[in-house]
Amino acid sequence: MNGRVVAMPVAGTGATAETHASHGALLAIRNLRVDLPPGADRAHAVDGVSLDLARDEILCVVGESGSGKSVMARAIMGLLPAPHVRVGAGEILFGGDDLTRVSEARLRELRGKDVAMIFQEPMTALNPVMTIGRQIGEVLAVHGGIVGRDARKRAAEIMASVKLPDAEAMLDAYPHQLSGGQRQRAMIAMALILGPRVLIADEPTTALDVTTQAQILALIRDLQREKRTGVIFITHDFGVVAEIADRVAVMQHGRVVEAGRCEQVLSAPAHPYTRKLIAAVPSLIPRKARTLAGAPVVLALRGVEKTYRTRPGVFRAGGRTVHAVRDASLTLRRDETLGIVGESGSGKSTLARCVARIVDADGGEVLLDGVDLQKLSRRAMRVYHRRVQMVFQDPYGSLNPRQSVGDIIAEGPIVHGVARSEAWRRAAELIELVGLDGKALARYPHEFSGGQRQRIGIARALALQPEVLIADEPVSALDVSVQAQVLRLLADIRDRLHLSMLFITHDLRVAAQVCDTIAVMRDGAIVEYGAAADVFGAPRHEYTRELFAAVPGTGSRYQRSGIGYNSPDPGAGCLSTDP
Amino acid sequence: MNSPESPLAGFGRRFRRNRPAFYAAWLLGAIVLLALFAPLLYPRDPFAIVGKPFLPPFGEYLFGTDQLGRDVAAGIARGAITSLLIGVVATVCAMTIGVVVGGAAGYFGGRVDALSMRTTEAFQTVPAFIFAIVLVAILSPSLESTIIAIAVVSWPPMARLVRGEFLAMKNREFVQACVSLGMSDLRVIVRHILPNCASAIVVTASLMVATAILIESGLSFLGLGDANLMSWGYLIGAGRTVLRTAWWVCAFPGIAILLTVLSINLFGEGLNDALNPRLRNAT
Repeated sequence: MNGRVVAMPVAGTGATAETHASHGALLAIRNLRVDLPPGADRAHAVDGVSLDLARDEILCVVGESGSGKSVMARAIMGLLPAPHVRVGAGEILFGGDDLTRVSEARLRELRGKDVAMIFQEPMTALNPVMTIGRQIGEVLAVHGGIVGRDARKRAAEIMASVKLPDAEAMLDAYPHQLSGGQRQRAMIAMALILGPRVLIADEPTTALDVTTQAQILALIRDLQREKRTGVIFITHDFGVVAEIADRVAVMQHGRVVEAGRCEQVLSAPAHPYTRKLIAAVPSLIPRKARTLAGAPVVLALRGVEKTYRTRPGVFRAGGRTVHAVRDASLTLRRDETLGIVGESGSGKSTLARCVARIVDADGGEVLLDGVDLQKLSRRAMRVYHRRVQMVFQDPYGSLNPRQSVGDIIAEGPIVHGVARSEAWRRAAELIELVGLDGKALARYPHEFSGGQRQRIGIARALALQPEVLIADEPVSALDVSVQAQVLRLLADIRDRLHLSMLFITHDLRVAAQVCDTIAVMRDGAIVEYGAAADVFGAPRHEYTRELFAAVPGTGSRYQRSGIGYNSPDPGAGCLSTDP
Repeated sequence: MNSPESPLAGFGRRFRRNRPAFYAAWLLGAIVLLALFAPLLYPRDPFAIVGKPFLPPFGEYLFGTDQLGRDVAAGIARGAITSLLIGVVATVCAMTIGVVVGGAAGYFGGRVDALSMRTTEAFQTVPAFIFAIVLVAILSPSLESTIIAIAVVSWPPMARLVRGEFLAMKNREFVQACVSLGMSDLRVIVRHILPNCASAIVVTASLMVATAILIESGLSFLGLGDANLMSWGYLIGAGRTVLRTAWWVCAFPGIAILLTVLSINLFGEGLNDALNPRLRNAT
């Protein structure tokens, strides 16, 4: 951190920390209004937004989904989905041009060269059939007319500067051969190669694992300092804000409700919405431990194995083998919530699906009250399905769009022989239990928001009166304020119905809120397993420590900022550029 | 129901938005009515000789007469039912085969998938029309053998489409939720996956009707149709020898085929727009 502070006050171009917001703005958005087509849920995606971006600063635009933050970013780049969505009023001033009025040719000239953008999903933002080197080379050819050996040399240099290992070899790789983090680095390289003055980053780390996210954030921060770029960083995550922002603008319903310096907004939020958002960020302190030692064991996993093989084909020699789960042993007691934590590809979801027997394990035992579920035939398993139910991650994909909510909830019991009228009566009870109106039963999934759909999914799982509830990332697709509500609902239901819960998540903050015990998975294996207080308080395995260190907002900047650990010492700077 | 419009009204609105499809639907409706009421309009046997041969059109007879003095307009009207019937029945058969084979392949995967897809590919290696000719020739020309031949050559694309849809659906979370609720495979397929693939299947089927009518016309043109049934392909086949002296004998049945196939194709596209959920909220 100190290094950054020292690196700051160089070359007197007038853009010192003091003058950031006042004069000499690099990019100025004035009363920007973006119209939505008639029939949309509101008239303007962005409504009267004014923001300044100074040279050499990171401006974080925070908001929940639908707040208009991405639309605003796209308006700067002239990337709005015309003709339905267009700029209605206002101006975006950049170096003498108003970006809302310049010709398409001028905009093309500016894009990439002066204003660059990186996106959330690097896999879809890169062309899958072109090598990384050629894609970077294309940027050079279009704007600088640099081709051939020169272009390759420049590309290799920029690849090295984003700390990609073996940059030369990477140039000849295709996007699918890179990991998610490497792809995002390549995207950043492509965005920065022409030395743009403004970089717009639209949720660039949201699709990444937490450890990779930490690295990418550090990279963006370092490159920004080095090249003195103005960065507009769009995010929904206050942890990320605390990690990276110089200034913050909070957006709600297309308006900026609060803007200010990072430490000021985080430690003394003025607007109620900002306060609500910050309060909704779960703390990393695990909830109070409950005594469960005497409770009977409901579910026991012994040495569960799952291997995926791709068989060798006619044109492919040798198959590939992936150990999704290796030798996993866990016990779940009555009333207990066991959190399985890990990054993508760690095998946590596969393990959950083995327990629910959506996939069959290759080895080991899944014992429910002493009966090995793996040995049951599919027919015999149907009875046990009733006792182990699952809540899924994707609130949009996990409900059949062609069934009414009542049918969705009642179908499980009907399949298990409950009379239709009885099943519907119970569905009506359940829909109120999960906090929705009884009228919801006659409506269809698309009429509900993500959080409401997740409630419907929970009601469906509860309809069979299960003993074990498996929740597979139940809140990771939800906005942070909705997330808190759904977590509260799950905890409430668990306590009321005495459920045992297997809670799969990648988010340590969420795990801290609901879990009694934690199992940390990596590459299919459980590396640490113990009471939540122990795992959070004194992680033993190196990987667990790495995970904790990577949670955005846990660094020194964050602790002083007033969220998270509920530190008694808020207000100290979260800004490393403070003079 | 709090939604502002019923699903059916929404369907109608989206369908009408596609202008060509909207007009095509009217045209198609008119053709179907013509086919149904042809026995009332032209009660006489369409094979009957009504006047002098080679009477030009728009005179005594609307579309003139052919080389034997038969009324071309009567032939078109009475032949419409043959073409439409064969098109629809053959499509229903092909659709059933395709959904069963493709659905099983997509849902169960593994060996079932390999076996049914290799079979499908085997059928696709033979050019459809030649294959149909061979089948009709073996089965001897009749209404049934024409339908069988068309169904047998038309199901492979449907099977491949349904397999793809099922593969995509199978891994959706709501299908996994069904499995974890303890539902049988048949229930999952029929109640949950199939309704979600319905729009793709219906659209493809509507286009298959058009192809079936073309194949039927081709077979009749070659004299492989049912000898006792009047059809558009038969009219063209019979008239081709006098194409230079009496163009109307071929031209009017040809236009009838053109309009029918075109309207079915446009109608199918309209269905696609109306059923495509991505266009649902667009204005």
